[in-house]
Amino acid sequence: MNLHRILRLMKKELIQIRRDRRILAFLFVVPVVQLFLFGYAVSTDVNHVAMAVLDEDRTAESRALIRRFTASGYFDQVAYLSGQREIDALLDAGRAALVLRVPRGFGHALARGRGAEIQTILDGADSRMARVIAGYTNGVLRVYGGEIVQTRAPRARLPAVDGRVRVWYNPELKSVYFMVPGVLCMVLFLITMLMTALAIVREREIGTLEQLVVTPLSAGELMLGKTLPFLLIGLIEIVLTLLTAILIFRVEVAGSIPLLFALSALFLMTSLGLGIFISTISKTQHEATLSSFLCFMPFILLSGFIFPVENMPAAIQGVTYLIPLRYFLEIVRGIFLRGVGMDVLWPQVIALAVFGIAILSLAAARFSKRLG
Amino acid sequence: MTDIAIEIQGLRKTYGELVALAGLSLAVARGEVFALLGPDGAGKTTTMRLLAGILAPSGGSARVLGLDVFRQAEGLKRRIGYMPQRFALYGDLTVAENLRFFASIYGVPRAERLAREAELLEFSRLGPFRDRLAMYLSGGMKQKLALACTLMHSPEVLFLDEPTAGVDPVSRREFWRILYRLAGQGVTLFLSTPYMDEAERCARVAMLDRGGLALCGTPGELKAGLRGAILEVIAEPPREAKARLAALPGVRDVHIFGERLHVWLETPDAEATVAAALDGLTLIALRRIAPGLEDVFNALAAGEGEA
Repeated sequence: MNLHRILRLMKKELIQIRRDRRILAFLFVVPVVQLFLFGYAVSTDVNHVAMAVLDEDRTAESRALIRRFTASGYFDQVAYLSGQREIDALLDAGRAALVLRVPRGFGHALARGRGAEIQTILDGADSRMARVIAGYTNGVLRVYGGEIVQTRAPRARLPAVDGRVRVWYNPELKSVYFMVPGVLCMVLFLITMLMTALAIVREREIGTLEQLVVTPLSAGELMLGKTLPFLLIGLIEIVLTLLTAILIFRVEVAGSIPLLFALSALFLMTSLGLGIFISTISKTQHEATLSSFLCFMPFILLSGFIFPVENMPAAIQGVTYLIPLRYFLEIVRGIFLRGVGMDVLWPQVIALAVFGIAILSLAAARFSKRLG
Repeated sequence: MTDIAIEIQGLRKTYGELVALAGLSLAVARGEVFALLGPDGAGKTTTMRLLAGILAPSGGSARVLGLDVFRQAEGLKRRIGYMPQRFALYGDLTVAENLRFFASIYGVPRAERLAREAELLEFSRLGPFRDRLAMYLSGGMKQKLALACTLMHSPEVLFLDEPTAGVDPVSRREFWRILYRLAGQGVTLFLSTPYMDEAERCARVAMLDRGGLALCGTPGELKAGLRGAILEVIAEPPREAKARLAALPGVRDVHIFGERLHVWLETPDAEATVAAALDGLTLIALRRIAPGLEDVFNALAAGEGEA
């Protein structure tokens, strides 16, 4: 190992990156665009649910209930129906996600102090959204029911379980808080893996790799010289993502930022290792890009970035343990949202270190073999 | 031993069933300018790549500067230079940056590097372009820069695989001027070339055929070794003339060089027969000429090279 040679190779690499406008754009625009996409456009928050109302009761009580819904802020009343036949057409056309039907006799039953029923019909096509809407609906009804009991029977001591949910870590349940750490992981992963693979394959494609083989440069020096610049760039990407998240999205980082950097560097062993590995199986930059995305998709889907791991079938959950990105995501979310440190994150850190060392050494062995 | 730069014995390279090199033996003296000739697929590039240490051999041995190419590669790498057929430069680096990069990879000290850089820029006449990105150089300039890159660490032996392929004649001449200067400094040049006029400039030439050595010697020796005689014929129309001559008894082969025909005769006294065969065509010239390497090469390709 000759440090001077590695540094020269790194310097050459950085000069080349600096001169390539497309790569610069990729490095500095992608993280910001991804943050905006996942922060705003791909918001998983449910607001302004289109609600249709079928009030067959037409009493003060039924109108009070409907007002509860519209005043909650979650529901927008988009239609007032006059008969049950209209429900189908409305849901089919997707003009409403929720139909609230108050049957005749609702107000009368309440006035008599008896239990009253209403019907809510949900469009379950988007199951996740339907679950959220059902939750909101129950919330509105629970508050309304509680108040009726209070006004009708102020002194009654009802044996009831009063469950109140308090959300910690992200009290406003804004998906952007949840997404920012994810985007950071995704951007870091994609950019470092893809760029490393491309940087090596490009030299193979234009023939300079063969040139380097003739020089005294060893496989190890070559590999370090080609990957260390991207380690540096990876860390710059984190700074960039953090700045955007903090300055534009007003996301606060609950935990230690130095720890975030240290563990990101640990994760980079995995992504740089995968990049080197992909470079050994790709002849052209085109192939390297395709291979990177082939690797990227399952990593993203199975890491819990978009779909929570807990919602996956048991067999698939087992597979997620083989996805290093999963651990990194847990670490970043832990530091970002919960402000936890090594005392909590150590199992993930160990898993990440094991994967990182394994992937990097496998890739390095393959790289040296292919070169020799 | 010390005056031998390259010594190859029974060098073999096979790719499965395909035999790229079938036991090649050669010796090149220090400071010699040595050329490998042969048709495509004869094993020229394979030989170059083996000697440069990029390929592992399937058999045989090779020593360069007294060191085993395959076992002492690390010590050897600093002392040799290799310029592949398609030398790849970093197009997005400038001329000076390319030179500097290769110098630093070879661990050339700064002071020596600067001196070498100035010297190479000067004699390759790339000085005015030192800050130009390599991708914006002309083909000939790129080739000179490639050579300069392989010379930054002052190699003692230089392997050049078709260094002037696809380069214009003026640049080729200039390239050779540089090569001669190197040879004058004692650098051993081992090159392959598709151009016979370039081969004529070399001290010794080896002709490869189907992975083996067909002929080896000075250009003069090879030409003298050609059996029979060469007639140069200029006649109109040349194609018709070629067809008629090829069918003549005593004519072993006919090749077209531009407007001229080279007729390879088995016996020197067949000139009259040739003139008679061209009766009815416009005969502009007919004369005995000394064979060139091209003729030796063509004879070899026709399977009759062994003199």
